[in-house]
Amino acid sequence: MTYIRPKFRHPELPKNKLGYTINYYEGALSTLCAGCGHDSISAGIVQAAYEMNIQPHKLAKLSGIGCSSKTPAYFLSNSHGFNSVHGRMPSVATGANMANRDLIYFGVSGDGDSASIGMGQFVHVVRRNLNMVYIVMNNGCYGLTKGQDSATADRGSKNKSGNTNLFQAIDLASLAIELGATFVAQSFSGDKTQLVPLIKAAMNHPGFAFINVISPCVTFNNNVGSTKSYDFVREHIEATSTMDFVPEMSEIKTNYEQGTNKMVKLHDGTFLELHKLSEDWDPLNRLSAMNAVHNARVKNEILTGLLFLDPDSEDLHAMIETSHIPLNTLTEKELCPGPDILKAINADLR
Amino acid sequence: MGGGGLILICNAFKKRLIMEPTNIKDPEYFHKVVDCQYACPAHTPVPEYIRLISQEKYAEAYMVNWDSNVFPGVLGRTCDRPCEPACRRGRVEEEPVAICRLKRVAADNKGDIKHLMPQGPFKPNGKKIALIGAGPAALTVARDLAPLGYEIHVYDEQKLGGGFMRSQIPSFRLPETVLNEEVNYILDLGIHSHFNHYVDSLKSTLEKGYDAIFVGTGAPKGRDLEIPGRQEASKNIHIGINWLASVAFEHTNKIGKNVIVLGGGNTAMDCCRTARRLGGEQVKVVVRSPFAEMKASPWEKEDAQHEDIPIIDNHVPKTFVIEDGVLKGMLFEKVKAVMEDDKRKLVPTGEPDVFIEADDVLVAIGQENSFPWIERDAGVEFDKWNMPIVNEKTFASTHPKVFFGGDAAWGPKNVITAVAHGHQAAISIDLFCRSEALTNRPSPYVNLVSQKMGLHEWAYESEVVTDIRYLVPQADKKVTLSNRKKEVELGYSPLDGYKEAQRCLNCDIQTVFTDNKCIECDACVDICPTACITFTSNAPEPDLRKMLKVPAENLTQDLYVSGPLKTQRVMVKDEDMCLHCGLCAERCPTAAWDMQKFLYNVTKAHTGCL
Repeated sequence: MTYIRPKFRHPELPKNKLGYTINYYEGALSTLCAGCGHDSISAGIVQAAYEMNIQPHKLAKLSGIGCSSKTPAYFLSNSHGFNSVHGRMPSVATGANMANRDLIYFGVSGDGDSASIGMGQFVHVVRRNLNMVYIVMNNGCYGLTKGQDSATADRGSKNKSGNTNLFQAIDLASLAIELGATFVAQSFSGDKTQLVPLIKAAMNHPGFAFINVISPCVTFNNNVGSTKSYDFVREHIEATSTMDFVPEMSEIKTNYEQGTNKMVKLHDGTFLELHKLSEDWDPLNRLSAMNAVHNARVKNEILTGLLFLDPDSEDLHAMIETSHIPLNTLTEKELCPGPDILKAINADLR
Repeated sequence: MGGGGLILICNAFKKRLIMEPTNIKDPEYFHKVVDCQYACPAHTPVPEYIRLISQEKYAEAYMVNWDSNVFPGVLGRTCDRPCEPACRRGRVEEEPVAICRLKRVAADNKGDIKHLMPQGPFKPNGKKIALIGAGPAALTVARDLAPLGYEIHVYDEQKLGGGFMRSQIPSFRLPETVLNEEVNYILDLGIHSHFNHYVDSLKSTLEKGYDAIFVGTGAPKGRDLEIPGRQEASKNIHIGINWLASVAFEHTNKIGKNVIVLGGGNTAMDCCRTARRLGGEQVKVVVRSPFAEMKASPWEKEDAQHEDIPIIDNHVPKTFVIEDGVLKGMLFEKVKAVMEDDKRKLVPTGEPDVFIEADDVLVAIGQENSFPWIERDAGVEFDKWNMPIVNEKTFASTHPKVFFGGDAAWGPKNVITAVAHGHQAAISIDLFCRSEALTNRPSPYVNLVSQKMGLHEWAYESEVVTDIRYLVPQADKKVTLSNRKKEVELGYSPLDGYKEAQRCLNCDIQTVFTDNKCIECDACVDICPTACITFTSNAPEPDLRKMLKVPAENLTQDLYVSGPLKTQRVMVKDEDMCLHCGLCAERCPTAAWDMQKFLYNVTKAHTGCL
């Protein structure tokens, strides 16, 4: 066995604003299959966290069970992590987020973890608009148990053993839009130039930011006839837009053509610069986004890029008006304000 | 005309827009990736023998060296090591692999290797060759040609072979036993040696009926310093290389207590350290240029300083100071280096001259070629600097039968360069004797073979250790300074040799990319620890260098560019920082990347022309 990653890095690696090189955001060496799309997504997460100048200790990685859910071991080793029960990551994320709202919550799930065993958890975390990034590494099969079709496998898609899938696929992106998600994007593991800005924007979004990433399973679902193979996805990909996340207004280049580019102002004064490729689509209109996804499906295309964004998103803490101070830092003094306050609260509820 | 012209214009235009795919079938591409081997004048397959050392295959490691550089034991102690500044490890971290001293590990531990060498007697081919001088260049010619059946006659004015390796390299750096052993390996191939025989005429040598003559007489004339007092004090002023030779052949065994050594090269370092061993108590090196600009190798300067020899820089000799007919010392003018019109000049500082006491002065300020024995009408043309006109590829002079090599060809260099010359001159002599064109030179021997053994298994140790360079232990100064023949460096122990060998990055295990197998999954890009690999649209080289994950700013290192892939992008690998760890190939699902061992061996007369 020689599977050891050398300690040396390129001596000219640039540093981010915190003074860290990108290797500070790396994780352990992946044990997934060689060529797995998930590894590319992990690399995209590392890149995004580095470019966003994230303090690793201000981020928590959460996952369920599956190949996808192993990946938090392979990025951001200096961050917090919780590998939860199968399909139950949203509950753990909700609890953690409620207790400490100051961290960035980064959930990683798979098509089995989200679209099958965890579907109930998924839909509820969407409708609560919990402030987190939720990435589904979607390969349309159960790679960890030798490649059976998953609930996101397209009808008519052929698996490695030659069988055709008979059932309708669950489209997680349109489901998220339907359920009221405030940030929905779709991407491809083989296209980091698109994926990395999406992850950056998702981390910046106050509320539930969902990214469905098609991530080919090289071992069990990269065959001819599969609709989630590298070749099929590359041939059928259709991007809504190319996008840049612009953290500071001053960096915007203003030489774009009127009508094709759109600057979306976000809650904190940052911007998304969208170079629209599809004309009949308005990323700020839920109905238009829904139509775009459905139209693409009819045309046998995979629509990628930012699909929908609600710039006025209010996350769960805002909705239920929790304290701005993280709950886990409150002391007995704030938590037990005394009988007079209790009486007032009780009176309020009568 | 029209159509063809248009195509030509289009092609020229296209070339400016993109980089052509790298031609890895050209052996020089991968050869250049093996930085150490590429930098070595003899192109010794360095990583190959270092790997053999780490496997304790010392005899095999020695033979890889012997084939290529002929004097592994000598060079493992004294080589100028052009390979080490080139070593990739020196770019990745602070210090290169101790390539030179690893060679010595092979030589020290090889055991009996005589049976691995060509076994005479060789069937005579009827040709007779004379070698003038028995230094490294001539002995290399002898080694390469003897197995082909040539009758070789070697002439030298000294009583033993080795040339400057014997007369100029002191025994405390190169023990006589080591030198004798390696000289004898060659003489034992049936060479006719004529020692204590000064050749005083090329014409008469030509008349003896030799089919070819090789001149390897070195650069035997030490430069003198003609300043006031030189003649009066000549008894105590010695030319460095002559003095070293006199010590080596035991004609000189003592020197005064106060010694000045003039010069900043490796000969000066050898002079001052030898003087310390012959009774010099206050030995000082005085050099004109600043310390950093001295020609001596850094490690030789260190060794001199370690033996309590101060190196006084920026001092220009003015006069020898003589009182009552006896040398008392020297007067120096203090200077400083300044840049004037892009040239470095030494200008006086205006400070008072400095007197340094001396009983003896050793002048080691350079050496020159000298060919008093070659009649200028013998058919060998000389240029205006009185140097023979020698072809840089074939080493032939203007006389068809006379070839030059080593320091004799273009002035003083070093042992490894002399050996490289010897190999090429031997090829020329062999071609000449077989009436073939000297330009018909053999191609290098090249081999490229996959190292894949299994899922995560390679036929080489791909782990990259983080050990820093190991120090070579030295004998106690008290012992070495009292005995001129006691070797200072003790050499690595086998264990330290193993550990140092593990620092080698195996640059000869090449990353070979097959573009039509690639599915562009990015696995190699994501795993590469040193960010060497980028998939990008193609562009002209200067632009492409800027477009990489980490811009490729080291222009001495090539970009490995694939043909267009399915997405019309290309794979670009910057060779600069590649650790040859094999992770790209391990993570590649389709084996588009493979680790392949590249062996490049300069063809010698005795291997290539049989």
